[in-house]
Amino acid sequence: MEGGMVTPAQALVRFAGIQKTYDGEHLVVKNLDLDIRKGEFVTLLGPSGSGKTTTLMMLAGFEVPTQGNIYLAGRPINNLPPHRRDIGMVFQNYALFPHLTVAENIAFPLSVRNIGKSEARERVRTALRMIKLENLAQRRPGQLSGGQQQRVALARALVYNPQLVLMDEPLGALDKRLREQMQFEIKQLHETMGITVVYVTHDQSEALTMSDRIAVFNDGIVQQIDEPDALYERPVNSFVAHFIGENNVLAGTVETIERGYCRVALTAGGSVVAQPVNVAGAGVPTSLSVRPERISILANGAVHDGPNCLPATVQNTIYLGDHALAVLQVGGNGEFMVKLQPGAHEGLNRGQCVFITFRPEDCLALDPV
Amino acid sequence: MTAAFVTGDGPPEVPLRRRLKRAERARQFKALALILPLLLFLLLTFLGPIAGMLWRAVDDREVRQVLPQTVAALADWDGRDLPDEKTYAALAADILAARTAGTVAIASKRLNYVQNGFRTLLAGTARNLKTAPEPGTANAALEKINPAWGERATWTAIRSASGPITSFYLLAALDLTRNADGAIVAAPADQAIYRDVFARTFMISFGVTALCLILGFPVAYLLATLPAGRSNLLMVFVLLPFWTSLLVRTCAWIVLLQSEGVVNDGLRWLGLIDAPLRLIYNRFGVVVAMTHVLLPFMILPLYSSMRAISPAYMRAAASLGASPATAFLRIYLPQTLPGIGAGSLLVFILALGYYITPALVGGAADQMISYFIAFYTTETVNWGLASALGAVLLLATLLLAGVYGKLVHGAPVTGGMKN
Repeated sequence: MEGGMVTPAQALVRFAGIQKTYDGEHLVVKNLDLDIRKGEFVTLLGPSGSGKTTTLMMLAGFEVPTQGNIYLAGRPINNLPPHRRDIGMVFQNYALFPHLTVAENIAFPLSVRNIGKSEARERVRTALRMIKLENLAQRRPGQLSGGQQQRVALARALVYNPQLVLMDEPLGALDKRLREQMQFEIKQLHETMGITVVYVTHDQSEALTMSDRIAVFNDGIVQQIDEPDALYERPVNSFVAHFIGENNVLAGTVETIERGYCRVALTAGGSVVAQPVNVAGAGVPTSLSVRPERISILANGAVHDGPNCLPATVQNTIYLGDHALAVLQVGGNGEFMVKLQPGAHEGLNRGQCVFITFRPEDCLALDPV
Repeated sequence: MTAAFVTGDGPPEVPLRRRLKRAERARQFKALALILPLLLFLLLTFLGPIAGMLWRAVDDREVRQVLPQTVAALADWDGRDLPDEKTYAALAADILAARTAGTVAIASKRLNYVQNGFRTLLAGTARNLKTAPEPGTANAALEKINPAWGERATWTAIRSASGPITSFYLLAALDLTRNADGAIVAAPADQAIYRDVFARTFMISFGVTALCLILGFPVAYLLATLPAGRSNLLMVFVLLPFWTSLLVRTCAWIVLLQSEGVVNDGLRWLGLIDAPLRLIYNRFGVVVAMTHVLLPFMILPLYSSMRAISPAYMRAAASLGASPATAFLRIYLPQTLPGIGAGSLLVFILALGYYITPALVGGAADQMISYFIAFYTTETVNWGLASALGAVLLLATLLLAGVYGKLVHGAPVTGGMKN
């Protein structure tokens, strides 16, 4: 987390002790401290109801924090109405004005800022070129495809060079192919224009692809703020391990902790050596987390003398083109996934008994689920 | 393997276009069958009567039926001097025949519209003309009964009413008439009332429409933005008037607004006034009662257009830097225009035809065109003029609807946002 700390001077956006409740009983955002650097692409990731959208709406000015302060470029903005914040926003359903043409939509933020007609026209033209829709300037939003509408919404939020751009699940309504293409385009715009982006999504692969840093939300609390690879490799708790990528869970109890490793007795029998991440000490229950691609299935009859070798029963194999999955029964867990090379699944039969193995540093001892 | 597929692309026996047409025809036929009962019903009860009304506005056959020989003889008349002896003889013969048939009153009523006193003239002549005058003496005999037969205007009147179609009623509905030479001139001041009545009708309708819009817009906005539960409750209150008869509501306004009514008593009790205000049997009462009755017709179209406007638009406008007022004027209001147009047109057109409310709560100077139409149909049985007034009103209404159609043509409807 040291890499995630930002000094107040560096931070463009600073959430300080933010709490938010709608009904006066339940906190939607429990205690948020978050700094966002200038030029950074930060994603707020979490399941629905985790508080990520509420956080974005407080930043945009459509919701007021119940407690705490939000600073934008060092100024507190709690009492600043949304139209005076100079923040660009892309909405989930684009919210393009249906009675205006594409060009008029993009010109709208310029005209409310009293920017001269000729300059506005030039900037609209540049924006249209940027999104490659010059020839559709006179169309109305209803006549555009979803991807085109999405591009117009993007151009409209960027045309007045706001210091911060917020995106609220902007790709949710697009199909998979278009979504991947737009992810790439948004990332490119971010890099070429050097804008600061706060992006909300519940799609972890989208977050991993685009972000400089990801804040994982759950239950109104930021579970972890980190770079994508750190989130995947070094999750701080079971929620993050489970939410980012595929994850296998084994329940057990910590027996000993020494020299950076711990020995865990599995509830279903047997014991493994793991890396202690989020366990208090010996004797506490824990959930072990192992990624599917870090596990090997031992060849029939092969002997393994390493620390982590567990018996397993093959439940099923799934062929996925570029790779294959073996679904195993390990301990009490009947959905234990192991990622295989394509073709490797052919030697495995349902009901077959095998042994699996993984390195201690690939097995994280986290809080029990 | 491929050969099996080629047959589909080979020269087909029936061209694709014709096959499509045939398939479409069955669907069109089905659609027609579905609307046929309503179409017939409308034809019989709506379009038929309207066509009949339009016809009556120009139909002019009474005089032609009662005085056929006179009408035929007058066809040759140059209109400068008095008609010749032959025409007088024809009139005498017609009057005698009409007296036997008992149809004198039909012609005299029609001729009386052209010239006041014609009823007396024709009835007196019919009474006094005992037998057919000797050949060559018809002129003298008729002039002896009434010297009016020696005036050119009398004969011009008969000729102008000799049909079979006439512009008389339509001109009268616009305060115009024809002089003895057949030129269109302004009607005499004592008969020229309809332009005023039309102007009054349009003014009252316009005022009521404007008032409905001003009062209805905030209510519709509230309805569209409230959470569903409270919005439904409010909607019940908006729709409540629909469940009460128009007559009852109008009478309720009489109870409220009369000089000993609830409003005046309340104001006096509060000490705001000493003598009762005149709130009814004047323009104020008419506009208040009509606005009350017509308000739902404004609110409902407004509400439906506002419901289609996602709150995300206003948020988007704010995030792009628009103040609430700018966002309302440039984003919200333009999207409600179809609703404003539809509601205004509906209220305006309904108001144009209002009859009961102004008749009950209005004074003599507040009667709208429908009062006069009713007056001519039921009191004086002047169907021609009633129809002509109706035709002018219909034309004005259609014109307005046409202008509205032109205005909203190509206007944006909400698209793009689905939520």
